[in-house]
Amino acid sequence: MDKRIITLLIIMLTFSLTVEAQKQSKTSKVTFEVDGVCVMCKERIEKAAALTKGVKFATWNIDTKELYCIYNNKKTSLNKIKQAMANAGHDTKEIKASDEAYNSIDDCCKYRTLKKH
Amino acid sequence: MKIILKIIFIFIPLIIQSQTTIKGMAMIKNSEGKTEGLPGATIYWLDTEVGTTTNDQGWFTINYKPEYKKLIFSYIGYKTDTITINEPREVHHFMQEEGKLEEVLIKSKKQKTAVSYLQSANIVNINEGELLKAACCNLSESFETNPSIDVNFSDALTGTKQIKLLGLTSPYILISQENIPSVRGASQAYGLTFTPGTWIESIQITKGSGSVVNGYESIAGQINTELKKPLNDDKFFLNAYGSLDGRLELNTHFSQKVSNKWNTSLFVHGNLRDAEIDKNDDNFLDIPLAKQINIMNRWQYTDTKNGFVSFVNFRYLKDDKQTGEVDFDPNMHRLTTLKYGSEINTERFDVSTKLGYVFPETPYQSVGFQIAYSGHDQDSYFGLNQYNINHKSLYSNAIFNSILGSTLHKFKTGLSFTHDAYDEFVNTANFGRIENSVGGFFEYSYDNLEDFSLIAGLRLDFHNLLGTFLTPRLHIRYAPWEKGVLRASIGRGKRSANIFAENQQLFGSSRVISILNTNGKVYGLQPEIAWNYGFSFLQGFNLFDKKADFTIDFYSTVFQDQVIVDVDESPQQVLFYNLEGNSHANNLQAQLNYELAKNLDLRLAYKYYDVKTDYKKGTLRKPLQSKHRFFANIGYETTPNFKGGHWRFDYTFNWLGEQRLPFTGTNPTQYQLADYVSSYSLMNAQIAKVFSKNFEVYIGGENFTNFKQENPILSSEDPFGANFDSTIVYAPILGSMYYAGLRFTVN
Repeated sequence: MDKRIITLLIIMLTFSLTVEAQKQSKTSKVTFEVDGVCVMCKERIEKAAALTKGVKFATWNIDTKELYCIYNNKKTSLNKIKQAMANAGHDTKEIKASDEAYNSIDDCCKYRTLKKH
Repeated sequence: MKIILKIIFIFIPLIIQSQTTIKGMAMIKNSEGKTEGLPGATIYWLDTEVGTTTNDQGWFTINYKPEYKKLIFSYIGYKTDTITINEPREVHHFMQEEGKLEEVLIKSKKQKTAVSYLQSANIVNINEGELLKAACCNLSESFETNPSIDVNFSDALTGTKQIKLLGLTSPYILISQENIPSVRGASQAYGLTFTPGTWIESIQITKGSGSVVNGYESIAGQINTELKKPLNDDKFFLNAYGSLDGRLELNTHFSQKVSNKWNTSLFVHGNLRDAEIDKNDDNFLDIPLAKQINIMNRWQYTDTKNGFVSFVNFRYLKDDKQTGEVDFDPNMHRLTTLKYGSEINTERFDVSTKLGYVFPETPYQSVGFQIAYSGHDQDSYFGLNQYNINHKSLYSNAIFNSILGSTLHKFKTGLSFTHDAYDEFVNTANFGRIENSVGGFFEYSYDNLEDFSLIAGLRLDFHNLLGTFLTPRLHIRYAPWEKGVLRASIGRGKRSANIFAENQQLFGSSRVISILNTNGKVYGLQPEIAWNYGFSFLQGFNLFDKKADFTIDFYSTVFQDQVIVDVDESPQQVLFYNLEGNSHANNLQAQLNYELAKNLDLRLAYKYYDVKTDYKKGTLRKPLQSKHRFFANIGYETTPNFKGGHWRFDYTFNWLGEQRLPFTGTNPTQYQLADYVSSYSLMNAQIAKVFSKNFEVYIGGENFTNFKQENPILSSEDPFGANFDSTIVYAPILGSMYYAGLRFTVN
């Protein structure tokens, strides 16, 4: 029994280490501003980011309007992520959402007409 | 670079970061049906001076403290609304013009019992609001307003209520406390009565095989209890309860902030039942004399900045029960044939700790570690049958959480170790044993964030008595259209049956116990193995502008191996043997939740059970199990006044179809029972008067139509004779019961 336990341990450890090693070189971490207002915006922004190929993780802060994003730089780029934000209806400094995309978001999320507070 | 922490705990519940303000928006629907902000509306906290008005877009910011719970929205020409805020969050509230009859949409209103539209597994969450409906008193009694769990009557001696899920008794359910298995082994029979209801924050019921993270034992499902957390618990809480059948319960909680990162709570529970009640004049107590003292101390460490959270718990319990003949005196009659009596004395100590760490740079990665030790000691006798069990248990689980490429693909992996040492004596026969197991698990979950998600898990365990085995589990969710969710699950479970601890009510009879197999490693019996699969469909909809949802569930448990408890071979015997042939439990449940009017909720459920086993005698329906059951619950709350005061009304109806009784055909005629007992119904109701958020009182009645089983004990006049049996109980023994209680809170 003991041998099997040790084998299992080694397999799991190797697996974790391999995953860890692969991550380091290709991973970029970035924080940038995305326009939005509320919890509904947060959901929409995070979902749009998460569904972008190559994005590993994304979280948006309502207070600072900043998106913290971890992505694989071999599979995607910062520009592509910002484009995904625009497609979902949310502006970044570099890429603005089209009127069509902007109009598709809920009324309470219309950050362009609402005063920041 | 500023890093935003998003804490994803593997097993540790949500920690609420304290915030000083909350934001929100008062909104209206304009004449074109479009949403716009309502400027100039007044927003304030109930019972405080803290208030604000919305700006010209309808936005507001208001100071927040955890003790503020009710947020009032008011504006001339619009209905004034009160919104319950349980945690700081953004509030978007639609205001209704006065005179309009449309339902007010309250986004932050939480349902008391909710099935999730988003989780892959079929999980019902019961929160504190629902738990208040069951005024008394412990975990075993917390399911009376929930149709997924059936509460049964176990036997005429110990009065302990047994629960069933999908037609299977609690040994087939993984019962955990904060995801650490809690009711198992020696505590199987009475363990649910060892968690006072007021300690509970919420309960999650998973139908179908549970997660591989929590082990291989769950077959019908999992019931997880989350206890109140020191960080956000009230400073002081007092609950007193008294019933006309002589039951007194007292709960006090104290919570204290020790430092910035440490919080602690002390929970003290005591209960006493010292009234000798024999309403059916069979010379046996209808319900045992009991006393319990139960103390828990919790410590919580929270360091959100560095990603650490930890819990440490200590618990001590002493529970004494005495039952049997009314004038039984343990000092004089113990273990003699002068009087029939029973004592069940339990002492238990628990210590457990959990540690969770979230990597600050990569918040999708976390590690968790749980370790728990319990020592459980039960000394008991039932007439001349002696049963003593001592169970020492060590459980530990280490979990690593991360993603595969993106947060759409997550996984959990880890190792667990359990050690169980049993000292078990049935009269003079020693059944002591040691069980050890080590296992590794991997659970992958996928979510496309729209209409599809799945959880696939596999674990491999090495067990000294059960051998080496794989446990696969799969849960799938698909949402074909809006508010419609289809779920499917399949999984395997394996366990060693603790035949005496789980069936100790059988000691309260003159049945001779025989174990027919000898080649297995636990009591000579092979372990139990079952596959469970199921489908579920949930549809939310609006009916006459009111929220409703309809669920239909089908689950089937098919046993490959089972330890059969056979009470049908002869009324003087109970046989334990391994299944030869087929055994299954099929369950269909249809449930409708509907908000009949504002604050008036209706819940209806129909349940069908097909539980059949191949006994020595042939295929039989499981005894004491209804094929059809019907459930209804109506709850009503009045709108809170400026202090938060309101009334709460709750009514529950249960109908139980015909039940098969164990075979008694060879008994003398006066001790023969019918093959089946006909259907009957039970009703419970409760009224609570909430004076303010700090004080409330409640009264209630259980079984107020006074339905009871005529002769719950066979041959009660000759308890040492061959026909004595206190285990055939299909209805309440005690008739109607009334109670009153109070709850007092200092925030």
